[in-house]
Amino acid sequence: MTNVTLTRRGDQARTAAGRLFGGGSGTVFALLLLICVVISFVNVTFFEPPSLMAFAKTVAPLVLLAIGQYFVIVSGELDLSVGSLVGAQVVIAARLIDGEESRTIPVLLLMIAFGALVGLINGLITTLLKVQSLITTLGMMLVLFGAVRLWTGGAPTGALSEAFRQPGRGGIDLPVVRQLPWALVILVVFVVAAIALMRSSYGKTLIATGDNERAAAYSGARVWQVRTTAFVLSSVMATFAAVLIGGFAGVTAQVGQGLEFSAITAVVLGGVVLGGGRGTVIGAMGGALTLQALFTLFNQLALPSTIRPAAQGVIIIAAVAYAARERSRPVASTEPALSRDSESRSTT
Amino acid sequence: MRKSRVLLAGAAAVALALSACSTDDPDDAADPGDDVAAEADADAGDDEPDDDAGDGDADDAGDDDQREDDDWFVRADYERQLAQRDIEPEGPADQPWLQAIDPDWTDTSEFAAETGDNTLCFSNASVSNPWRVTGWITMQQQVEVYQDSGDIGEFRVSDAADDDNQQISDIQTFIDAGDCDALIISPSTTATLTPAVQAACDSGVPVIVFDRGVNTDCMVTFIHPIGGYAYGADAAEFLVDNLEPGASVLALRILPGVDVLEHRWAAAQEIFGASELNVLGFEFTGGDGAQIKDQVTQYLQRGNVDGIWMDAGDGSVAAIEAFEDTGNDYPVIAGEDELSFMRKWQETGLTAVAPVYSNFQWRTPVEAAVKIWNGEEVPSEWVLPQEPITEADRDEFLDRNADMPSLHYAKFGGEDLPGFPDVWQDR
Repeated sequence: MTNVTLTRRGDQARTAAGRLFGGGSGTVFALLLLICVVISFVNVTFFEPPSLMAFAKTVAPLVLLAIGQYFVIVSGELDLSVGSLVGAQVVIAARLIDGEESRTIPVLLLMIAFGALVGLINGLITTLLKVQSLITTLGMMLVLFGAVRLWTGGAPTGALSEAFRQPGRGGIDLPVVRQLPWALVILVVFVVAAIALMRSSYGKTLIATGDNERAAAYSGARVWQVRTTAFVLSSVMATFAAVLIGGFAGVTAQVGQGLEFSAITAVVLGGVVLGGGRGTVIGAMGGALTLQALFTLFNQLALPSTIRPAAQGVIIIAAVAYAARERSRPVASTEPALSRDSESRSTT
Repeated sequence: MRKSRVLLAGAAAVALALSACSTDDPDDAADPGDDVAAEADADAGDDEPDDDAGDGDADDAGDDDQREDDDWFVRADYERQLAQRDIEPEGPADQPWLQAIDPDWTDTSEFAAETGDNTLCFSNASVSNPWRVTGWITMQQQVEVYQDSGDIGEFRVSDAADDDNQQISDIQTFIDAGDCDALIISPSTTATLTPAVQAACDSGVPVIVFDRGVNTDCMVTFIHPIGGYAYGADAAEFLVDNLEPGASVLALRILPGVDVLEHRWAAAQEIFGASELNVLGFEFTGGDGAQIKDQVTQYLQRGNVDGIWMDAGDGSVAAIEAFEDTGNDYPVIAGEDELSFMRKWQETGLTAVAPVYSNFQWRTPVEAAVKIWNGEEVPSEWVLPQEPITEADRDEFLDRNADMPSLHYAKFGGEDLPGFPDVWQDR
């Protein structure tokens, strides 16, 4: 237990030292600020309240996905199935609701249950059957993708109800901002909940598990439970993201495609280390905001949207390389000896 | 531990790349367009460098920045397709899938089959988008008609799931089996599938190609609607006719590099270039509603958008909603005969047109196979009519498709087939 606490204290010291350039959450917010400044030169109307609200609507699902992905990544795993899950959930919702307002709530509950089930399966296969999460969730991605195609015969059918579309599309009419989107309200709730969760003992155990699985286990954490919960959280967040995306734009056959990639890019951009144990949920959220702002900037600069996958690829490699460079630095002498000890042991 | 982390990170990066390949836009998003796309390949034979194709005034009048995709523009094909729109097709008016524009009849007596119960084989590129799904259902129902009448015995199908190699091996399997009495091929891509189609022809079986084409004319008939230039022109001309000079038009495209989609856009550029309209730009959306809505919203933040040109109807409702949600007036819009768009059009009463890439073409290959077995003549290139749905006949088509799902295509042409409407509803 002491080991874990001290390691965490070491982490805190490090992030405090290099908050801006250390590849932690500070860096991503500096980057976000920079992108905003550039956008303001290109097109100042972006910062008018209605435009910002529109931006909030678009970015909300990505932030939710990034939060979910953060739980999994910080625990030392990876979840590739979220994009397919979003697609599957929207298609399921459209098919089951089929335009009937009265079915909205039952279908929503069913979606959450389905999301939790998918996360549970991902988690249990990874932790109990010891299949690498990369393979588990890659498999789940394909299974969901294929199953939805099979079930719908290749194309989504049915329609979403107006009520279902409200969270992603509607809002409260206000002066100044024109409309306060529900998506923003929902986003704030989840952001606060995620921060609270990471401050709770569960959050601390989650990070400890990702940092050093064995140490966490010795200090009494049930690693498989902690990780499985992270997968469930990720899938449930993906479900809420699906509600927002489906609400925002309705059903198309392409919905959800490539979102796992965007979510992972956002998380690593936020300074969260692939492999677990390092990074903050606020950083992951910042990563999502930054990624979406970057895409907005691309749009404002009239770059073709086909550049996005390439940009994501560059970001993910650069962020991982940056984080690797950070970690290969000699450990600062101000850090507690124990932390350094565990660090060097884990290197060998 | 650290080593394993680095490994994990590396593995993650590889997996990401893989997952990007398997699920990211470029591949999958290609489908809607792909599928809708076919025609131009028929013309591959007369492809000329466009400089020779005689650049007209319209071209010069246009904004040069908009003409960078000239590789995709063959003026002779463009003009022929535009002219074909005005040609009265031969054949029964109430059965457009049997009509042919300017047909060049070819003799098929060598393939005439004495007995019924023929085996029909079909190598399908994929059913990976709503347009193909709709057509595939129609085709199966058409086959049922001829199974009941005894013309077709067995109907064998292979689905290549958009994989060229898979389809080449599918076709080879049909050839090797040697018991297909006719082989229908809906090619996945043009150049790659050409040798496979050639091999099928050489085996002596009558080959019918439809939708996308191949670079050979060995098949008995090649079936396709007029084509991409006509589609793009229908949409662009409507915007030109219905917008004031100087109005701003935004073009939403699915993805680059697919011939038919490029032809749609090339035709639109040609027409916009000669008009007074101001083309704000074009955006690739992958046909994804969320991206479309986001892009349109951003354009609206920067200024007015008076018209929307789309190279396929996927996600057109999301584009319209972007105007609603930002409190802007509806644009003049060219969508497609997809029902979600047509219903939105009726609901809102906006000024719109639905260009059509005739989905009923999925019936024609089956009809052609039966004609060939009967020794009847078929057109060597079977150009089907391709008429946009306008406000005048919109409600009629919506009534006919009232119970159909929203990702169904109005001109699917299967109303008289067995199983209507249930099989199209429960897909």
